[in-house]
Amino acid sequence: MSSISDQKPKLAVFKFASCDGCQLSLLDCETELLELAATVDISYFLEASSRALPGPYEIALADGSITTEEDVRRIREIRSQSKVLVSIGACAVAGGIQALRNYTSVEEYARYVYPKPEYIRSLETSTPMSKHVKVDFALNGCPVNKSQLFEVIVAVLQNRRPNVAPYSQCVDCKIKGNICVMVAHGVPCLGPITHSGCGVLCPSFNRGCYGCFGPKETPNAASLGNWFIKEMHVTPMTVERALRSYYSGSDLMKTASEEFGATRQNFGPNPAPFNPKNE
Amino acid sequence: MSVQSKTSDSPSNRTIRVEALARVEGEGGLTVIMRDGAVESVQFNIFEPPRFFEAFLRGRHHTEVPDITSRICGICPIAYQMSAVHALEQALGIEVTPEIRALRRLIFCGEWLESHGLHVYMLHVPDFLGYEDAIEMSRKYPVQVARGLELKKTGNDLMSAIGGREIHPINVRVGGFYKFPERRALEKMLDPLKRARDIAHETVQFVAKLEFPDYVQDYEFVSLSHPDEYPILEGKIATSRGHEIPVAEFPNHFEEYQVEWSHALQAKIIGGGAYFVGPSARYYLNEAKMPATVRQAATSVGFSREDCRNPYKSIIVRSLETLFACEESIRILEQYDDSVTERVKYRVKAGVGHGCSEAPRGLLYHRYEVGEDGLIREARIIPPTSQNQKSIETDLFNVANRNALRPTGELAHRCAHVVRNYDPCISCATHMLRVIFK
Repeated sequence: MSSISDQKPKLAVFKFASCDGCQLSLLDCETELLELAATVDISYFLEASSRALPGPYEIALADGSITTEEDVRRIREIRSQSKVLVSIGACAVAGGIQALRNYTSVEEYARYVYPKPEYIRSLETSTPMSKHVKVDFALNGCPVNKSQLFEVIVAVLQNRRPNVAPYSQCVDCKIKGNICVMVAHGVPCLGPITHSGCGVLCPSFNRGCYGCFGPKETPNAASLGNWFIKEMHVTPMTVERALRSYYSGSDLMKTASEEFGATRQNFGPNPAPFNPKNE
Repeated sequence: MSVQSKTSDSPSNRTIRVEALARVEGEGGLTVIMRDGAVESVQFNIFEPPRFFEAFLRGRHHTEVPDITSRICGICPIAYQMSAVHALEQALGIEVTPEIRALRRLIFCGEWLESHGLHVYMLHVPDFLGYEDAIEMSRKYPVQVARGLELKKTGNDLMSAIGGREIHPINVRVGGFYKFPERRALEKMLDPLKRARDIAHETVQFVAKLEFPDYVQDYEFVSLSHPDEYPILEGKIATSRGHEIPVAEFPNHFEEYQVEWSHALQAKIIGGGAYFVGPSARYYLNEAKMPATVRQAATSVGFSREDCRNPYKSIIVRSLETLFACEESIRILEQYDDSVTERVKYRVKAGVGHGCSEAPRGLLYHRYEVGEDGLIREARIIPPTSQNQKSIETDLFNVANRNALRPTGELAHRCAHVVRNYDPCISCATHMLRVIFK
């Protein structure tokens, strides 16, 4: 590209173990994309371009979790090349749905999926980037909200803190004027402990939140879980499963879900769907 | 090129390695080994770390499966949700209503629009015109790139209008939907879709004028095929050798296997060889089911069914399918009724079910075994890119051989273009293994 572009701040986008959806969110900023490209020098974004400039970068966005030794090396290298490192999405922030392996043995998983598991090179756990390097900002969501992603980029460029609210989904439901699915329809909802950001999609579609934006600031998962069990006749096993999904790799969800795993032993297995009131 | 290609001593004895392919979804590379001026071997290398979806689906409640499997791929989440709900509905003996089926087809059209718009304009066209990306291309072709972004946006907006958001929509469930969107909200998509239809016409004209290498292969095409419509959601599995197989018999006709040199599960026809899934296969096997307007658009640029055998021309087929997705969306929207029941009620029982749908990049197969308790006992998922790997490698071998004397950088670029012809979705392939270079 032209020499003028060399003066623009360099932005890089990297992928680790993920569905690619969070970096795709950047391409989904259709209206803003060309404007962004005029403001920053998109120096490394393999999904979009064959152009790949070496660091250092002003801002690096990285999606995906760390699941291989090579990726441990790579995230350290990226950190050393980047002034600001932002982890984007549930995988990068908490290990993603693939962190379910952290509760069992990765060898058993490999044997189930592959005929020759001996070729698999994978770490025992799926971990967030922050377990390996210092992360300057973590943007939640499975997937991230593209407006929030854009806000984070702009905030970094303006050298200010991103305006991303850390409160629960419930606040957004009140603002939006949604009728509470739990109170009005008896549908279990993780909204009270879940981080804001998606625009309270599930309650707006008559279903309970399933927690894909991760825990909000200071959540009380144990209290909500016990309330589900006592007031809504949800089984401990179902609560355990609901807390172990897209943020199963977060320490908070691990501790909370294990509590219900222990309770489950007393109740015995009695599975029921967490949120669709169905059959 | 994004990545250094390594050469050893001489042009006729060299190894060309693209370590990280650009403009594909996920992490992949390729290796071409030349001996005495000819290609000795090629590899389509996939180093996307495995995420073991099938393993952790066991023990989850069946109602969670569409949400979980959508996380396999950010570009084609609806395909994963649809193959999953179809398999589970078969296992549980659920028949959905025609209205539910139509709304599923509508959101799927949104995914085709979004994915094809992305691939045609942002990932594939730059190869033909010699640009690194759509942003660079937009300096010379601002109108075309803006059109591509608008197509993609229309697809995304349609997915959001029905599913809540375009990546990992939240409205699809076993038995139907959580909520039918209000008609007056969905109707707002009609004008953008009509505009997208015009753009799709212009896209067909634009891409048909690109220069295509003269490369034709006798592929075995495989896609769904339906008696009444162009296949998206259901039908039998048809092949260009004339077979028609019920979806439930998929495992009896296709097999996955792991080979040391390929580092990934590949698929082949049992007792046969490589096959080809995706837009070109769909069009080849179902041209007659295309609406007349789409067939006329094809004729107007001199495109015939046999052109599907040139993988570079897949960009024309994607553009034709984009036009189809617009036509089909408008048709469904005009008949849309939001007053119907959003889901079919059912009782949980044990069972086994198979589901196939046509992801933008080809046939996607799911199989589940559900226990009496509604929990998943067994899961199997075969994504389109796994199925295409063998054909990709055949093309790589042939194209590298034809261009064996070219400088390394140019040869590497041509090989990368071959891979992008297939719009591979590497994150999709949960089976993919870590590369082990010897």
